[in-house]
Amino acid sequence: MIKSKEKRITDYPAFFRKRFFTVIVFSITPMILVSGIILYEFNRSYHEKVHAHLAELVLKHKQNIDGFLVEKLADIRVLAKTFGFEELSDESFLRDRLEILQKGYGPVFVDLGVINSKGLQVAYAGPFKLGKAIYSMAGWFETAMKKEYVISDVFLGLRGLPHFIVTVRDNWKGEPWIIRATIDFVAFNNLVGNIRVGETGFAFILNREGDLQTKPLFDIMPEKGPYLEFMRAELEKKDDIQIVERKDESGKKAIYVAAFLKDGDWLLVYQQKLSDAFSDFRRALKVAFAIIILGGLAITSLAYVLSTKMAYRVAKMDEERQMMDEQIIETGKLASVGELAAGIAHEINNPVAIMVEEAGWIEDLLEEEDFKKGKNLDEFQRSLKQIRTQGKRCKEITYKLLSFARKTDSTIQEVHLNDMLEELVAISAQRARYSNVTINTNFRSNLPFLEVSLSELQQVFLNLINNALDAMEKTGGILDISSRLEEDHVVVTVEDNGPGIPKANLGRIFDPFFTTKQVGKGTGLGLSICYGIVKKMGGEIEVRSTVDVGTTFYVRIPLTKQKEKEQQEAVATT
Amino acid sequence: MKSPLVMLVDDEVPFVETMVKRLEKRNLAVLTAFTGNEALESLGKHRDTDVVILDVKMPGMDGVETLKEIKKKFPLIEVVMLTGHATVESAIEGMKLGAYDYLMKPCDMEQLVTKVDEATRKKKDHEEKIREARVKEALSVHGLE
Repeated sequence: MIKSKEKRITDYPAFFRKRFFTVIVFSITPMILVSGIILYEFNRSYHEKVHAHLAELVLKHKQNIDGFLVEKLADIRVLAKTFGFEELSDESFLRDRLEILQKGYGPVFVDLGVINSKGLQVAYAGPFKLGKAIYSMAGWFETAMKKEYVISDVFLGLRGLPHFIVTVRDNWKGEPWIIRATIDFVAFNNLVGNIRVGETGFAFILNREGDLQTKPLFDIMPEKGPYLEFMRAELEKKDDIQIVERKDESGKKAIYVAAFLKDGDWLLVYQQKLSDAFSDFRRALKVAFAIIILGGLAITSLAYVLSTKMAYRVAKMDEERQMMDEQIIETGKLASVGELAAGIAHEINNPVAIMVEEAGWIEDLLEEEDFKKGKNLDEFQRSLKQIRTQGKRCKEITYKLLSFARKTDSTIQEVHLNDMLEELVAISAQRARYSNVTINTNFRSNLPFLEVSLSELQQVFLNLINNALDAMEKTGGILDISSRLEEDHVVVTVEDNGPGIPKANLGRIFDPFFTTKQVGKGTGLGLSICYGIVKKMGGEIEVRSTVDVGTTFYVRIPLTKQKEKEQQEAVATT
Repeated sequence: MKSPLVMLVDDEVPFVETMVKRLEKRNLAVLTAFTGNEALESLGKHRDTDVVILDVKMPGMDGVETLKEIKKKFPLIEVVMLTGHATVESAIEGMKLGAYDYLMKPCDMEQLVTKVDEATRKKKDHEEKIREARVKEALSVHGLE
């Protein structure tokens, strides 16, 4: 029985795991898929949006700056064309011009200078004392002499301050001359410096050599960024906006937007950390992840609870089924044994009858005169009597077997348990006295009537009492019989303090033909009959025993039928 | 009184043989049959049979069926059923069908003989009553009463 129990137990942890993971996979997978797809699409469109926005921003500023430069250049060109070398060489006239320009455009123009073909500044108007300065060695001079107009890169120059200049070349009497204007670095810087987006978005300008043309908001190292790559981009693309996402100097991902200025001489770069550029997206992502994690946790805990419950229920069901199977096996065993017993009993009955009759016939013959004188007559008679006695014993055994197979009187009636038990105690009292056993009774009064077969119930308890008395036959002892009500059961305990039942036998005592009594003293059917009867009543019989302490039998008989009847009566009376 | 004529019906031949000896020793005239059909046939020949001792459990036509036939064809013949424990119900059914009594196998010989005597007396009484009734009828027919 124990072996089969072990075999039947399902692997509940594995069952639990399977359930648990199934629920999780089937709940979380769609969630992650949907969220993933949505996030991916959102990410893409948001990227496009941000890129478009930044490109627009940079393009606008590119146009703005280009416009600014072209305008300043145009101003100077107008000055050169309108007045010529002679007039502009006059420093006071030049000062007037500067004043007019500054009035018109604010302090954008810092100073003006007129330089002859030798590089000598013949006239100067401005806050620095640069009159008669010689620029023949300056880098920009050569270029300025070659081209009709030049906008220089930012340089420190003679004054030691960062600035850039606009030059326009013209001819006077076959000799080229140059008018030079310095653009205020601060004013120009503001054009670019004002491009600020978010916390880390800023812009600056680089020239083709990678030198900074404006003062960036944050320190950057032009050689490290992608700026030179932008520079290398084809000149045909100089009107295009270039967008790149890559790691910046500090190793964080950043977005770079670049556009060429000044016909490809300068590069306007807008730079922003990705985390900042996509801060809205990042926030949405965080919220989404929080929801996914919370949802995942909720699903996981739900899956855990459900799986635990299910595993518990399955375990319980298995247990019940196992118990039921055991009962069915036990009942089936009893039934098949019963049938077998009935068959055997019947088959044995006939030969025994014949044997007894033959013995009877011999007895009859012994009555005759011839035999009456025989010297062994007494011996014959004793022997025949023995045959008859043993025949009767066989008959008793077969009767018991048959009653085991078919209950004699199973008419259901109202039985008062305590009265019945008292009767049985009275019947057993004489035997108990011989065995030196004291019977104590403790019956709970007002027990409800039981709807069972009286003779069957008598058989059960008579069997239990007889077994207890048999057990204590040699030693004497105390037999406690008590009855009580327990929820919807009546429980009768039959407790002796006899030698107890060894553990090895305890599992087998309800098996048919199992007996520890001497050969011929017991059939081994008593307790299996009890078991069958109690089970048939829907009750339970249970044994607990400790060697040298005693044995207790518990018989539980349900009241269900009684209750049903009461309910029926209640319905009938209303 | 003339000793009763008994018919013993049982499929167990050794049982029948021994019983015949024992019953004859007790001054009973015994006929035997080993099946229900045989018993009915034999009864047809021996209409003066008083009591049939009938085993309930027999192959083929069983005791209860045989009893029905006997009661149908020979209503006056008394039947004592012999049964093992397992067939008490059929014995009771037999009683309802008109058997005189039943005994458990293996039975006590003295008990059996007593039952047979009682059954015989009952049968004789019946026959006596029938005879008296016939006499009365005959007398009334002839207007002698």
